[in-house]
Amino acid sequence: MVKTGQQDRHDYDVIAGWVREGARVLDLGCGDGELLQHLAATRKTLGYGVERDSERVTACIANHINVLQIDLEQGLAGFEDGQFDYVIMSLSLQAVHNTEGILSEMLRVGREAVVSFPNFGYWRHRVSINEGHMPVSDSLPHQWYNTPNVRFFTMADFEQLCEKRGIAVLERAAFDEDRAIDIDPNNFASVALYRLGRTAA
Amino acid sequence: MTKNPSGSVGIVTPQCAHFTEPLALRSGGVLPAYDLVYETYGTLNAARSNAVLVCHALSGSHHVAGTYADKPKSTGWWDNLVGPGKPLDTNKFFVVGVNNLGGCFGSTGPQSINPATGRPWGASFPFVTVEDWVDSQALLADRLGIDAWAAVLGGSLGGMQALAWTLRHPERVRHGMVIAAAPQLSTENIAFNEVARQAILTDPDFHGGNYYQHGVVPVRGLRLARMVGHITYLSDDAMAEKFGRKLRHGEHKYHFDVEFEIESYLNYQGDKFAGFFDANTYLLTTKALDYFDPAYEYGGDLKAALARAKAKFFLASFTTDWRFSPARSRELVFALLHNQRDVSYAEIASSAGHDSFLLDDPHYHAAMRAYFQNIEV
Repeated sequence: MVKTGQQDRHDYDVIAGWVREGARVLDLGCGDGELLQHLAATRKTLGYGVERDSERVTACIANHINVLQIDLEQGLAGFEDGQFDYVIMSLSLQAVHNTEGILSEMLRVGREAVVSFPNFGYWRHRVSINEGHMPVSDSLPHQWYNTPNVRFFTMADFEQLCEKRGIAVLERAAFDEDRAIDIDPNNFASVALYRLGRTAA
Repeated sequence: MTKNPSGSVGIVTPQCAHFTEPLALRSGGVLPAYDLVYETYGTLNAARSNAVLVCHALSGSHHVAGTYADKPKSTGWWDNLVGPGKPLDTNKFFVVGVNNLGGCFGSTGPQSINPATGRPWGASFPFVTVEDWVDSQALLADRLGIDAWAAVLGGSLGGMQALAWTLRHPERVRHGMVIAAAPQLSTENIAFNEVARQAILTDPDFHGGNYYQHGVVPVRGLRLARMVGHITYLSDDAMAEKFGRKLRHGEHKYHFDVEFEIESYLNYQGDKFAGFFDANTYLLTTKALDYFDPAYEYGGDLKAALARAKAKFFLASFTTDWRFSPARSRELVFALLHNQRDVSYAEIASSAGHDSFLLDDPHYHAAMRAYFQNIEV
């Protein structure tokens, strides 16, 4: 998985605020293990990362992070139901083909799931499209022809999917750069974070 | 032992530890007394906290790294991994390699004299298991003053020993490093082993395992065993890449001598192996592989079997390894995860099949290096 934003730190603080102390955490597309390090330091979590890229796997090992080199397109076969308190996917959901599959797997293996993703509904992206070009920004730094992203969706799209699949949105946060966005986030937020539960009330 | 800047441990000398207390084996057999031949590289620190045991696979030995003074080509089997500045850095670690009991490189085995008869043990050498090897290695650790290994490392059958160490002596292993291994052999693996054994057992020169007295070696059986084994250590891709359908004579000769280069290669490997390996050791070792199954005593429940482990783990597998496939390593990973063990797992893209664990793929060695660097001593 590839981190597509420059806002990792910020993303991480919100996630750390949502995660219970001492929780068992699985981070999908964990990169070099930075988030898991952050959670271990701030929330004393027992963490494992899943990462496909060999160099990042080695970086995790060097960072004292438990890492499993598994391709997420295979799903989470082998992980047990409810094995983790939280299954996290930070800025990677848009880079997975099987979006529905991975979401349901995250909520099978985790009692809760935490996802963050770049919001394609962000007003600057809309302007870009209006001007005739695919958006390129801090949260979407790649060109259309070399982006690792394979799914392009807005916060509204994501919430629609959650509703359709009976996934409960337990908490939501949205940001433009480091500024929290409360009003009309689908328009004004470049990055969205969700804490999700198994069944919508 | 000399150090040099090339990263080699340099000239090494094997040592021998003699044990006079009888060793009770899992098979019910007893070894009244025995020798373990071993080599060490690096220096045991004052706290005795930097020792790493390297366990060997089917055809390996205690000679893990370096060369012998009188044999410049006698480089150890895992020399690319072990040495000053190498991933398993002998400037930091004290590395120990041991020839397994039942072996043919100096530790007590079928070629040794049975004190009860005054003749070589031959086929009457008791069956030894992975657990027996681990127990004998533990006695050697006692002898060397090593209470706990910083790590026990092995590939293939050696990886099974590393795993068995973490289960039999959980307090004595801080890191279990299990490479290209499996929680047990697959049915297909056992089938291949049986073909290899039948090749040896049916060789007229085998003489029921007492060929030493007849002054012969079951060369035909051994070389066939090695040939079939060797095929399973490679991958279809690796063989195709290396040999393809290349012809020895450039045209079809319509005879049974070597036509295709792969035939030449296999014959060469078989001949070489039959020249130095003992047939009884081959039989015993393949049986040890077949029997290994930590979950056996737990009704097949691997998760329950691994509950005793206290070590942290590193596992690696190789994408084209069909003899010890990544899926088998993942079984171990998930069983360790179930037990909330610290575990990291690298699945290395490699074309070389099972043999990949002996090669120096950059990602593989980088992961191993990073893991070893973080082991506190």
